[in-house]
Amino acid sequence: MNTDMIQQLGAYIATNVLKQPNRVLSPDQPLITSGMVDSFSLVDLALFVEDTYHVHLDDSELNSDTFDTLAQLAALIEARAA
Amino acid sequence: MPTFTETLQRSYIECPEKVALTVLLHGREDQPITYRELIRGAAAWERTLKREGVQPGEVVILILQHSLDLIYAYWGTILHGAIPSIMPFLTEKLLPERYRSDLASLVSITRPEAVITYREFAPEVHTALGSGSSVRRVIVSDEVEPVGEVDFAAFGGLQRKPEDIVLLQHSSGTTGLQKGVALSHQAVFNQLQNYSNTLHLAPDDVIVSWLPLYHDMGLIAGFLMPILLRVPLVILSPFEWVRAPVRLLQAVTKYRGTLSWLPNFAYNFCAKKIRDHDLVGVNLSSWRAVSNCSEPMRYESHVLFLQRFAPYGLKASALCTCYAMAENVFAVTQGGIDAPVELDDIDREAMQVERVARPAQPGRPALTMVSAGPPLPNVQVKVMDEHGNPLPDRVIGELALHSDCMLTGYYHRDDATRKAIKDGWYYTGDYGYKVGEQVYVAGRKKDMIIVGGKNVYPMDLEELAMEVKGVHPGRVVAFGIFNEDAGTEDVVIVAEVETQDQAELNRISDEIRAVVTRGSAIALRHVHLVGPKWLIKTSSGKTARGANKEKYMKEVGLA
Repeated sequence: MNTDMIQQLGAYIATNVLKQPNRVLSPDQPLITSGMVDSFSLVDLALFVEDTYHVHLDDSELNSDTFDTLAQLAALIEARAA
Repeated sequence: MPTFTETLQRSYIECPEKVALTVLLHGREDQPITYRELIRGAAAWERTLKREGVQPGEVVILILQHSLDLIYAYWGTILHGAIPSIMPFLTEKLLPERYRSDLASLVSITRPEAVITYREFAPEVHTALGSGSSVRRVIVSDEVEPVGEVDFAAFGGLQRKPEDIVLLQHSSGTTGLQKGVALSHQAVFNQLQNYSNTLHLAPDDVIVSWLPLYHDMGLIAGFLMPILLRVPLVILSPFEWVRAPVRLLQAVTKYRGTLSWLPNFAYNFCAKKIRDHDLVGVNLSSWRAVSNCSEPMRYESHVLFLQRFAPYGLKASALCTCYAMAENVFAVTQGGIDAPVELDDIDREAMQVERVARPAQPGRPALTMVSAGPPLPNVQVKVMDEHGNPLPDRVIGELALHSDCMLTGYYHRDDATRKAIKDGWYYTGDYGYKVGEQVYVAGRKKDMIIVGGKNVYPMDLEELAMEVKGVHPGRVVAFGIFNEDAGTEDVVIVAEVETQDQAELNRISDEIRAVVTRGSAIALRHVHLVGPKWLIKTSSGKTARGANKEKYMKEVGLA
């Protein structure tokens, strides 16, 4: 598991989505089904992923079936980047 | 004055092969639907309602995804002479129990005779209805009659009179679902005639819309108007647009779209979230009117949108504005068609403190207001003080309107109708001012938040948040704060809690987010937890939302 990436993604969400920069999100915490990250923020998150890791997430993938936690998102990014 | 069914009948006879609408869904071929196909598909639903014993004049609730099923079932209900109302479909975020209680509250007031939904969703509907409900039939979409011959003479819709109610429109949330705006054929046609003249709508126009059909902007401007008036319509799914806003621009390019309606946030969203590489081949030069409508319009959003898309052919003259509400069918005013949208630089402090829109003075903080344009020819707009007396130009008061396209009433809600309509004038609950014929909207009297074009009643959100363990019942307030970056309001909840333990505070804050999102499909931007006795209450014990909003803004450094 890529802990650096998880931490980086978590910091992005805490700061930009939740507006709680000091929050630490756990890798297995549901983000989409819990209502923390809504569809508008998902588009931002996809742009952040594209800029930071050079991995493209298709718009049809921006839902909880594709990923719901930081760990799942990091795994997806790693698989794409490989 | 025609009715909906007579109008469709004429299109069926006069232009059966004309494409009425083109449906764009991701991963599928674009699907053009002619008037013949539309009416044949709708007629199958008309026969289905007849088979099920639904009578003309009865209400049918449609709970379907944004799809061909929804389009055919809607028009089929019209052809049958029954009254359709679209309820938003359950999304994955929304908690089924909450959805059921929303549906139950809609049904308890509206008392529909039938619900149309999917087979897999029917048990959900039955559970929500419980026993003793008005609903006699839950009709599932795969039991629709086969498409066959069309016999207009058999349609109950032909017996409807212009003054009969043709449709209901509900806004969202528990409060909104209990107030169905009832509109007559006549009101809708009066609106369409005046609005299409104002827009100079012509057969060579192409309307492109991604808007949801359960909202007046999507239903009237992006669905009924083009189909009834034979203006080609290209329709996208709102759920697909929000994940890929470029699809709207691609559709305008491909179909040479001329008119669209967008809520203010969409200007920011499109300008900021679309990448250059997605814009290759996009050409917006055909767009002649993009109307900013359904949430407070911002000059900054227009500038942002124009700067971003002018290199792709967007004309400055295409930027239009519109002030609209379901209670007037749709448009009250329209700006930007015959002349550029007017701007009014006013003194910020005079507006906030004196409630006067005084022209800006050099060296003092100013605010650029965007005119919503003049009223449609059949609409009068007045600015009223709190006693119902008209106010002079540039004084801010409540906007009231009178027209020949007003609602018949809130369905089965005489109390709400009486409260809103006084002496033939509908009191909008919006604040604004006039300069000559130009109408400027400046805030809201009613406690409503508009987020992403969607109306949200704060009490619905507060009740949800009070369910969270550790939150003081009755000690929660919800309000909206304008977010410059997003071009819309952020929803904030302030809740009183006893605990000071950080882990417990995190739990409460997460649970409030979860329960509100899953209960209302609204994502909270800030959850602000405070100690006991933080909230300001009125003398009667009600939560003073405005005062609490100010206190919050000071506390977090926004004011």
